[in-house]
Amino acid sequence: MDFRPKIVAFLCNWCAYTGADLAGTSRIHYAPNIRIIRIMCSGRIEPTFILKAFQQGADGVLVCGCHPGDCHYQEGNYKCLRRFKLLQKFTRQMGIEKDRLRLEWISASEGKQFAELVNDMTKTLLSMGPSKVKSSLEVEHLNV
Amino acid sequence: MSSEQTNLKPKLKLAVYWGSACGGCCVSVLDTHEKLLDIVAAADPVFWPIALDIKYKDVEAMPDQSIDLTLFNGAVRNSENQHIAQLLRKKTKILVAYGSCAYMGGIPGLANFSGKSEVFERAYVETESTKNPERIFPVTEYPVEEGTLKLPKFFNDVLPLNKVVDVDYYIPGCPPQSERLIEVFTAIVSGAQLPPKGSVVGANDKTNCDECKRTKSENKTIDRFYRPWEIQDDKETCFLEQGVICMGPATRGGCGVRCVEGNSPCRGCYGPPPGATDPGAKMMSAIGTMINADNPEEIDKIIESIVDPAGLFYRFSLPGSILGRKVQ
Repeated sequence: MDFRPKIVAFLCNWCAYTGADLAGTSRIHYAPNIRIIRIMCSGRIEPTFILKAFQQGADGVLVCGCHPGDCHYQEGNYKCLRRFKLLQKFTRQMGIEKDRLRLEWISASEGKQFAELVNDMTKTLLSMGPSKVKSSLEVEHLNV
Repeated sequence: MSSEQTNLKPKLKLAVYWGSACGGCCVSVLDTHEKLLDIVAAADPVFWPIALDIKYKDVEAMPDQSIDLTLFNGAVRNSENQHIAQLLRKKTKILVAYGSCAYMGGIPGLANFSGKSEVFERAYVETESTKNPERIFPVTEYPVEEGTLKLPKFFNDVLPLNKVVDVDYYIPGCPPQSERLIEVFTAIVSGAQLPPKGSVVGANDKTNCDECKRTKSENKTIDRFYRPWEIQDDKETCFLEQGVICMGPATRGGCGVRCVEGNSPCRGCYGPPPGATDPGAKMMSAIGTMINADNPEEIDKIIESIVDPAGLFYRFSLPGSILGRKVQ
């Protein structure tokens, strides 16, 4: 079967999710590989969520929040950025390629940019192939 | 003296076993000092490789469920550990994962940053004191004149005990504090109502920070992280506020904050606090926000001073964490 990348996306309620909504109401066609989870703020995202997504078989994880300075809660997106940078250093040590985990800023008016972002990430993941996080944990690999 | 003669409650049967372990957990049982006499007064050790000469075949001959309590320390690294874990599960009523290694993989679990072939390459070829040009590696079976010699199979991964058998309770620590073992043991002997299966016992429900006596302020921002040897500790202020990574916020209390009392940052051996499954993720969440910068380049620069986040945040817990091992 053809490889269809699975992307888990965490979008903040105020900017990114509204932007994704705009892409929908504007009837923009984009890759159907994304599974969107709406959260109140990108500052709410805990590293656990992202690691769990990879553990459960996500090929990529996308985090989107408001542009710097635009956070509905003043500085949630900065908190997200700091955690993200640290988490990405860790995930790269764990052998998860950098492009599988992305943080991008999407405003409520950027439906088009959101669609392009999803297309772009899907394309990148297609060329990378499936994530090996889940298969690394399967028991038959333990006893080699 | 048999129990019929004295009319006392029959003594409990106790087993202590080490899997992939350093021996420190077994020593922590001995470190109960004179209380060890109370332990052996209430329980007969029926299997304890560090202290008693009892063979595996003797354990195999015991009736199922005949051991009341097993303290299994050490991770599961090879087929021998796995076999004994399964055997003891069958023979035991209450199986306790004792210590960090059995709980979440512990220090041996750091081997999950590589795999079997890398471990063998390092151990049998590359080590400075090794000369092995023929690249001879251990094999599980080797025929000799007298018969076949057998060795346990070395697994690719280090596993915590609960990935191999059903575990009743967890006592964390590297090693668990002996006083906490006595508390748990006393509770079991007294027949007290035990907590629900799967509970972490012999530890607290709060983080180490809650018990730490160092002064903490509200303003926690970090401009640079320091390794402990790079900074003169003032012995009073919270380690994190000084820029030294201390696992306190992501670690269950119960040890008595002994490392910090000894002016060394917490390393996280008691595992994650209740509600958190992954100590490293919790730690990244906690200290990520303390980074005192808003633009990506400055953030990167501060993060550069955390040399090895994976090894530091998962020092005792890699195999039991969400990712479990390095992707291979």
